[in-house]
Parts: sequence; C-alpha cells; structure tokens
Amino acid sequence: MTDLYTSQRAMRNMRKAAMQRGVVAILDVGTSKIACLILRFDGPEHLREQDGVGPMAGQSQFRVIGAATTRSRGVRFGEIAVMNETERAIRTAVQAAQKMANVRVDHVIACFSGAEPRSYGLAGELDLQDSVVTEQDVSRVLAACDVPDLGVGREVLHAQPVNFALDHRTGLGDPRGQIGHRLAVDMHLLSVGGDVVQNLLYCIKRCDLELAGLASSAYVSAIAALVEDEQELGAACIDMGGGATGVSIFMKKHMIYADSLRMGGDHVTSDISKGLQIPLALAEKIKTRHGGLYATGMDDREMIDIGGDTGDWETDRRQISRTELIGIMRPRVEEILEEVRAALDAAGFDTLPSQQIVLTGGGSQIPGLDGIATRILGQRVRLGRPLRVQGLPQAATGAAFASAVGLCLFAAHPQDEWWDFEIPADRYPARSLRRAMKWFKDNW
Amino acid sequence: MQSLTASRHPPRRDPAPSRWAYRTQRWMLTPIFRAFLFRGLPLMLVLGGAALWVGHEPNRDALIATLTELREKFESRPEFQVSLARVDGASEALAEVVRAKLGLTLPMSSFDIDLEAVRARIETLDAVKSADLRVRSGGVLEVVITERMPVAIWRTEDGLTLIDDEGHRVAGLISRSDRPDLPVIAGEGADKATAEAIALVAAAGPLIPRLRGLVRMGERRWDIVLDRHQRIQLPEKNPVEALERLLALDHAQDLLNRDILTVDLRSDRRPTLRLTPHALAEARRAQGLETVENEL
Repeated sequence: MTDLYTSQRAMRNMRKAAMQRGVVAILDVGTSKIACLILRFDGPEHLREQDGVGPMAGQSQFRVIGAATTRSRGVRFGEIAVMNETERAIRTAVQAAQKMANVRVDHVIACFSGAEPRSYGLAGELDLQDSVVTEQDVSRVLAACDVPDLGVGREVLHAQPVNFALDHRTGLGDPRGQIGHRLAVDMHLLSVGGDVVQNLLYCIKRCDLELAGLASSAYVSAIAALVEDEQELGAACIDMGGGATGVSIFMKKHMIYADSLRMGGDHVTSDISKGLQIPLALAEKIKTRHGGLYATGMDDREMIDIGGDTGDWETDRRQISRTELIGIMRPRVEEILEEVRAALDAAGFDTLPSQQIVLTGGGSQIPGLDGIATRILGQRVRLGRPLRVQGLPQAATGAAFASAVGLCLFAAHPQDEWWDFEIPADRYPARSLRRAMKWFKDNW
Repeated sequence: MQSLTASRHPPRRDPAPSRWAYRTQRWMLTPIFRAFLFRGLPLMLVLGGAALWVGHEPNRDALIATLTELREKFESRPEFQVSLARVDGASEALAEVVRAKLGLTLPMSSFDIDLEAVRARIETLDAVKSADLRVRSGGVLEVVITERMPVAIWRTEDGLTLIDDEGHRVAGLISRSDRPDLPVIAGEGADKATAEAIALVAAAGPLIPRLRGLVRMGERRWDIVLDRHQRIQLPEKNPVEALERLLALDHAQDLLNRDILTVDLRSDRRPTLRLTPHALAEARRAQGLETVENEL
C-alpha cells in the first residue's frame, strides 16, 4: 500500500513541477485517435471554496496553446496492444502539438479508457482522540478504510473520499475543525489492470516525457460533459469511444462509480465492413457521412456508392440504400446501450434521486442516438458536448474530445485523492526516522 | 478489367516522426539550446578562428604592420600637415625666442605635435605669462603669447632684475637708467611683495620726484627711501594708509622738507621723527638746553 502511495505521490510532485514550469501536456490515448493538448497555466492560483479537503483544492487557470490529434495505432479496447505503434502515434501527436504551441513540454497527464476498471465503495470509521477533527484525523480515517482484495496485478487509479460523516451528521465536504466523536468516511476506489498502466508508462517514457498524472477516461469525460448541477444532483456519463464505452456516475460532485465496456464505435464500423464487404477505412467513411439509427422513407431512396477495387464491374458499382446501412448499425448501437443499461443497473443507478444520463464521446455523434438511448436507458438522456475551455481550437470542441477537455479540467482542478493526505504517523514503517522524531517531540 | 490508376497512390503510411526527429524538435524548442546554437556556437566559432589566426606569429606581424601603415597614411594626409607657426601677442625679440623654443621641424603632421608639451616648453620662458597653442585650418600652428609686463626693478647683489606684479622675473637689466619709469625695490623677499610695493608707489603721489626706492625690511615691511637719505619706515599692516597719513601731515606742516632723517610710522598711534644731529642740536639750543656732544 505504501508503494502505491509513494508512486502516486511522485506523480503529484511531478504535477507540481509542471505547474511551476507552467506548461503541461494532456494526452488522451484512445482507440480511434490520440489527442494531445498543451496547456499553459497563467492565472494565479484561485482558491475556490467547497472544493474539497486537502491541498489539491483550488488550482490555477489555464489556456490551451497547442492541440494535435492523430489516428491511433496499436490501441485496442482502450488498451495498448502494439507498443511501438502506439509510441509512434503519441510521438506524432506530441510533436504536432509542441510545434503549434512552440514550447517544449516535459510533463504529461494521460488518460485511457480500457484496463477493466472496477469500482469499490470503501467505508472507514474512527473514534476521535479529542473532539476536534484535524487533518491528521482525516488521514487516519482514510487509512482506516478496509481495502478489498483488488486481485492480482491490479492497481488503484483513483481513491477519492466522497463523503465524510461526523456522529450522526453525514454529507460533510470538509470535516476539519468540526466537533464530534466519531468520524466516518466513504471512499470511492477505482482499480485498473496494472500491466496496462505499465505499458502506457513505458510508451510515455520512450517519448522522453514524464507522467504527471493518470486518470480514467470515463471519469474525466464526465468532468467535461456534465454540468455542475448534474454533477451535484447525480448523473451518469456515457463516453462512447472507439473501442471502449466508459460509464461513470457522479453524485455530489464526486464520482461514485465507473466502468468501461469493451465495445464502441469501432465495432459499428467493423459490422459495416463485414456486412457490406468493404474495407474498414471506407466503412468508417460511410458511417460518419451517412450513418444513422432511424430509417425513414427518404432513406430508401438515398443510395450510397460503396465501390470496390476488384476490377469486377458489378462489385465496383455496388450501391446500398441508407436504410440498409441503418439496419446494420442499429443493432450494434442497441447492443452497446443495452450493455450500458446493464452496467448502470449493476451500479444501482435506478436508486439515485436524479437519473440524468449524458451521452458523449465520438460515438454519440451518430444521428438519432438520443432517440434510441431514451428508449433503452430512460427518459432523461441528453447529448453532451465538452465544456468550452480557453484557447481550444474549433476542431477540438466536439463530443469526441470530451475526455481530452475533461483531462484539462482535471489537470487544473484535481480532486483530492487519498494520497494527497499525509500518511498518518502510526502507519509509517517500523523504525522510521520520522516516527523516532515524533517520539522525541512528544516526550521531550 | 484492372483499373490502371489505382496503383498510383500506394496506401499512405501513418506519418510519424522518427525518434531522432522528435528529439531534435524538442531540443530546438528548448530556449537555452536555441540560444547556444544560434548565438553561442557562431560566436565561439568566430572567436576561436580569430584566436587561431592571431596565434600565428607572421599573421600577427602582418596585422600590426597593416594597421600601422593605415594609421600613418591617414596621419600624413595634407589636411593634417602643419607647415607654419605664427606667434601672436609677443614683441619681436620675444617672438624670435618663442619660435626657437617651439622646437618643431615644420612641416609635420598635426597628430605628431604634442601641443601640451610645446606649451609647457614655451611657458618656461620668463617673459611669457601664458601661451595658447592651436592648430588652425590651413596648416597653421597659432601661438598666442601673453607677455609678462615689468612693473618694478629689483636690485639685488647680482644686479638689476625686471619683475612683474607677481614678483616673477621678466628680464635682466643692465643699468637703472634703461627703465627710469619703473620704481626700484630692494631687500630680501622684496619680489614676493611686489604688489604691495606697487600700491605704495601709486599712493606716494607728491613724493614721486623724491623717491629713490623701496626697501623690504626683514621680509615683512617696507621702507621708503627718499633723496637726502630720508627714510620713511612703514608698518607691517596697512602701510598704504600710514603713507597717506604721512602725506597729509607733510601737506599740512611741510614735514619732509625739514631737516629730518627718519619718519617712523611703525606705530599707528604716533609718528616718530628722527632729526639730523645738527638739527637736533639746534633745537635743543633753542630750548636753552646744553648737551655734551661726543663721538657717541
């Protein structure tokens, strides 16, 4: 546990160094595209109230000064499958963004969608020594949480205190300084496959960059796509990416559940490709230009050339109607949404007071998706586009950039994680020098 | 029926920078590296090349020779040649001496003339109070001389000397009668108080025809010597006022025409007279006093 603590701490320190440098790169490693944004932090650090407990609360303003996106290579289901190819793709994106920004970046904050995230709700309780809650008490109660068995080779990606309770009062954002006897905490812990993280780390290291933060793409795209009251009242964000669909549920401005389905827009493309016997690139083109989910009479008459390079006249002059295309796409999209529904049900989303669902990500741009999602997921569905951030090029403001934009916001205003609090003194390894120092201080 | 144009566009590979291209770009975006590459490195190359070239002995000699030649060529241009020296503000005789003292072999370049040194050389002449040298256009060295004006003759054991109002020697003098217009002063340290002597002579007015000269006594006060061996002893302080008082007395009582040897004005409370021995005896006899006259 201390290993995780130190590695995440090291990442936080790196992030602090990047903040001092004023320039940090944002890297969204997706299945269909790799996006790199370069942020310059220029404003003074504004302290915002009710942001959280620890030292991460309140951060600076930023501006996007470089943006580049490239076709992703070697990534499947949001996980790196071919290291060299992915490294080259990251290099391409970073180089183009650096060229646009005309600065060199050394620190990168990355997100990825795959690696089978699993959510755990943790609870911890502590009897306070004296009746006032101190920062040490907060750390101690966080340490008192029972960490479940995560499984072999899994690592903690996020561990955020969601709720504090003091005696019978619950829903406290910041319990410090309050008076009570028993402090309890609810923590949300997200674990991912460790080898996926290691692969990403290796690729980033090969690009001469240093990792200053790591986030789940389901989490960050929800930050970008959910508006503030949705985050407060409770909402689910469905990030429909190329190879994976991220699901995250927010409540009281904290993520309480996240999941990732290994299905996405690429599956729709491959369905088209297989169904029409055309190459993937052409299938992707047809999907984006003519795709849809609701067939009308008009669509019967709209014929799409699908061509071919066989030399056979009949094959090269093939045409399909748009209705046929919709007939291929719709079952797959429905299947994805059914899976999402299942994931939401498993998370107990239907018990939440507000059941807002926001669809975002590149896959959410299919015309008619909101209609179909309403039928499958529930009545309150909307399509979400990421928040506007300063300096972002017009081309990068679409729903496909939700996780990149969310990562910008995450870089600027990170939530307190478990490792942002001091290790409670009694959890240090035995014979620690600091423990000895504390003993001296207490007794002399 | 294979399409003939299909193979013209081979499937495009995804463009990706090589590792080295990527690193080079990152280096080029590093400000300190750019500064080194575009400023430091060229500067080092140029300086290093220059140092190598200069480090070679013949090159250095050639460089120095070229520079010297250029300098000489420039200095010897006709615009800078001085061919004439003109002496202004000096008498004929003095101008000759000054010209000889210049010590310049004209024509020469104005860069080679050390005007300060020449000026110092000219000002060593006694008769020159100050000299002003400048090179005028047309290659003329103009020397403007301010002469010392003699105001008195100083008689010493060595002979007669003309001195100006600062007591500085102007010229020697062979005989007093060459300059009858100037007063004679004598005594040790007389030259240092010339200004006072001149003021006394100016105040002497009616005594001028009888004035033989002024004698500095003990380097602190003046005696005025008149004919008939009369002597006026002036005080150290305010000698001019004392002399004016004496002149008033003389005007009222015709003092100096009497048989008096010395008028002592050293005490400002009263003048003291010293009669000639004969006059003293006469005066006593008139008062009915008989004195025993002896050698002493």
